[in-house]
Amino acid sequence: MTREPQKDGRLKETPSQTAGPYVHIGTAPQSIGREPLPNQPGPVAYDGADSITIEGVIYDGAGEPVRDAMVEFWGADAQGRTGEHGLFGRATSDFKTGEFRFQTVKPGQMKEGLAPRIDFLIFARGINLHLHTRIYFQEDQALVEADPELRRVAPKSRATLIAQRIDGGAKAAYRFDVNLQGENETVFFDV
Amino acid sequence: MSGLPFYRRERGEHPPALTPGYKSSVLRAPFRPLVSPEQTELDMTGPTFGHGMLGPLDNDLIRNASQGGEALGERIIVHGRVLDENARPIPNALIEAWQANAGGRYAHTNDGYLAPLDPNFSGCGRTMSDGDGYYRFRTIRPGPYPWPNNGSDWRPAHIHLSIFGEAFSQRLITQLYFEGDPLIPLCPIVNTIPDPDVIERLVARLDFKNQMPFDSLAYRFDIVLRGRRQTYFENREEGA
Ligand SMILES: [Fe+3]
Repeated sequence: MTREPQKDGRLKETPSQTAGPYVHIGTAPQSIGREPLPNQPGPVAYDGADSITIEGVIYDGAGEPVRDAMVEFWGADAQGRTGEHGLFGRATSDFKTGEFRFQTVKPGQMKEGLAPRIDFLIFARGINLHLHTRIYFQEDQALVEADPELRRVAPKSRATLIAQRIDGGAKAAYRFDVNLQGENETVFFDV
Repeated sequence: MSGLPFYRRERGEHPPALTPGYKSSVLRAPFRPLVSPEQTELDMTGPTFGHGMLGPLDNDLIRNASQGGEALGERIIVHGRVLDENARPIPNALIEAWQANAGGRYAHTNDGYLAPLDPNFSGCGRTMSDGDGYYRFRTIRPGPYPWPNNGSDWRPAHIHLSIFGEAFSQRLITQLYFEGDPLIPLCPIVNTIPDPDVIERLVARLDFKNQMPFDSLAYRFDIVLRGRRQTYFENREEGA
């Protein structure tokens, strides 16, 4: 509808609605066997020799994999630069296993004191407003513990934000599972 | 370069995570409160897109999946402006749209609704706002469809919209409904939003005077994304 400024001159943000079970049609056509649209973001944001892979499963409160999610990632480049240098992409959960997988670069530090991270959004049926979490890296444990941004997060919850190395090879691969609710619930942010 | 931080998201203007009337939310809603950190460069910038990425028919869902014919259904234009909370236009906002066909069927491997597929319609399109924040696309009005929730619930006619502004903090996916649809107040997904005035902001208005004569009706739908704080002082005050 047409918007008129509120009394204080500010408009109200358009409310969110669930992305629903057919989010793939508009955001990831390749996941339902169609050609992606030209330049549509996909699961590979970077394909250099030093690329990293992050894979995982999103679990619901009953411990079942979420099989219809679309996830987005956004991180700084290897030098810690954002904006036009940032890396963005999208992946979807496998319809059978719930596994998502994407490839990007290990981000550098944006500034002194901040641990390298990738911002991670989850859209799915049953999720009314996308969930926003962060992926930190196992090898940066000390930086994560010192990061002032994470001061207010209890150590046990902080652990839910750390992707674990799953190989010993030259190309780094990480595991990042998400628990939407319950005992090991992942930390979600309101940024 | 990225400027000031964004106003906090007003969570009361969005559906809460746990909405038992919409059953799928019950096992997918976090229990714990969200953590609110300071915004960093990563939050205040985001992927940006250019008009060059769009194909010539991306914004015409009537023809962009043509197998020789045009999509069946009521032909409509959806148009409006993408603004921020400070009422400033947002140029180059990427809008991705997906929807069911005129019979209420999605061209998706997981949709088994008995309404037929339309061979000339994929239900997928894209558009981008211009320098004034104005956007436009053409499609057919989607049909309502039933879904299992409390027995057979029915979705009102709707178009799913995914919007990218200038920063990752502004990211939004929502649904557009149509003025006068009697299914709107009956829908458990619409009613995840408790406030009827907030729901109204998801209802596109018939824009009769902007029709394409003898071709398509028009609906007007403005989109508001989060805005940046006006002064650094205000940021510190609110952030305190
Ligand atoms: Fe839908």
